[in-house]
Amino acid sequence: MQNIINILDKNGLIFAFLVVGVIMYLSFLIGKKVTNNKIPAAAIAISFGLFIAYFGKGEKGIASIPAFSGMALLGGSMLRDFSIVSTAMGASFSEIKKAGLAGVISIVLGIVIAFFVGGVIAYFMGFTDAKSLTTIGAGACTFIVGPVTGAAVGASSEVIAISIAIGVIKSVFVTIATPIIASKIQLNNPHTAMVYGGMLSTTSGVSAGLAATDMKLVPYGALTATFSTGMGCLLCPSILYYIVQQFI
Amino acid sequence: MKIYGVAILAACYLVGQFIGDWFGRVFEMSGNLGGVGFAMILLILLNDYLNKKKLLVPETEQGILFWSSMYIPVIVAMSATQNVKAALTGGWVALIVAITATSVCFLLIPLIAKINRIKN
Repeated sequence: MQNIINILDKNGLIFAFLVVGVIMYLSFLIGKKVTNNKIPAAAIAISFGLFIAYFGKGEKGIASIPAFSGMALLGGSMLRDFSIVSTAMGASFSEIKKAGLAGVISIVLGIVIAFFVGGVIAYFMGFTDAKSLTTIGAGACTFIVGPVTGAAVGASSEVIAISIAIGVIKSVFVTIATPIIASKIQLNNPHTAMVYGGMLSTTSGVSAGLAATDMKLVPYGALTATFSTGMGCLLCPSILYYIVQQFI
Repeated sequence: MKIYGVAILAACYLVGQFIGDWFGRVFEMSGNLGGVGFAMILLILLNDYLNKKKLLVPETEQGILFWSSMYIPVIVAMSATQNVKAALTGGWVALIVAITATSVCFLLIPLIAKINRIKN
């Protein structure tokens, strides 16, 4: 037994690949069999991650257990930001022109509104420092923008965890609510799908929500949502953080 | 070669970090101001440019796409290494912020979708 643990300790990153692979597999299975693909597997997997973090001791979640230390490397800021940047391959400026003015406005407004609504609520619920408010506001954009912003401004691990949770709840909420209210917001054409993707930013939620509404609309919403996520990573830790600092 | 794609991604990432860091110092704020966002814009521009010139071969593209398929697993690992115990007290904040902020955005979709139509 001790031998096995020694090997896992020494090969932390490789063991992390295995652990995350198993989590992803189980999440897809649960997503398919239990929720009938109604909840995005990504949201289930991230919730799974937050859940196992609970069993660690303190600041570093599961990585506080030596065998799982590689999780901190795989999920550390370097690999995280690197893989997030790569998702920009799903976006293209020549494509975004088709979204027109409404699309561009939705990309910026989706971030700014989610950020300030999130920040104001957090303020009234007892968070008072600029770093925490900025991170929580960023979490209201997506579960990517939250931790990217939190790491950039130096927020605490606890607040970053809250920002991830906000993003995950948003993703699930968007997925479930979209098919229900699609007809009320006239979400039945590519133009509205692009505005919808920009306003809601969460690529996983937008893709799953549109898939449940009308498969043909998925690429339109996913495109602006990807742009919106990038816009969030750009604006939240910079201009929006600066504005929050002026108020606090 | 796939490594060309990974190298392109690495270049965009590093330049983005450099710009974010530079902004951080110019505005005298701690941390990296939007480095990830700048890197994403760079990658989009480079991708558009290389596609136009037909320089981006599928093999190179695969090197970048591999990392973009790794982003959810990386986020899962990151979630598993947060201070969730301490964050539990903030559970209500998470729920209320998520539902409220998202609902406001939902409500604005029909209004913004009208913008182009009026112009046309």
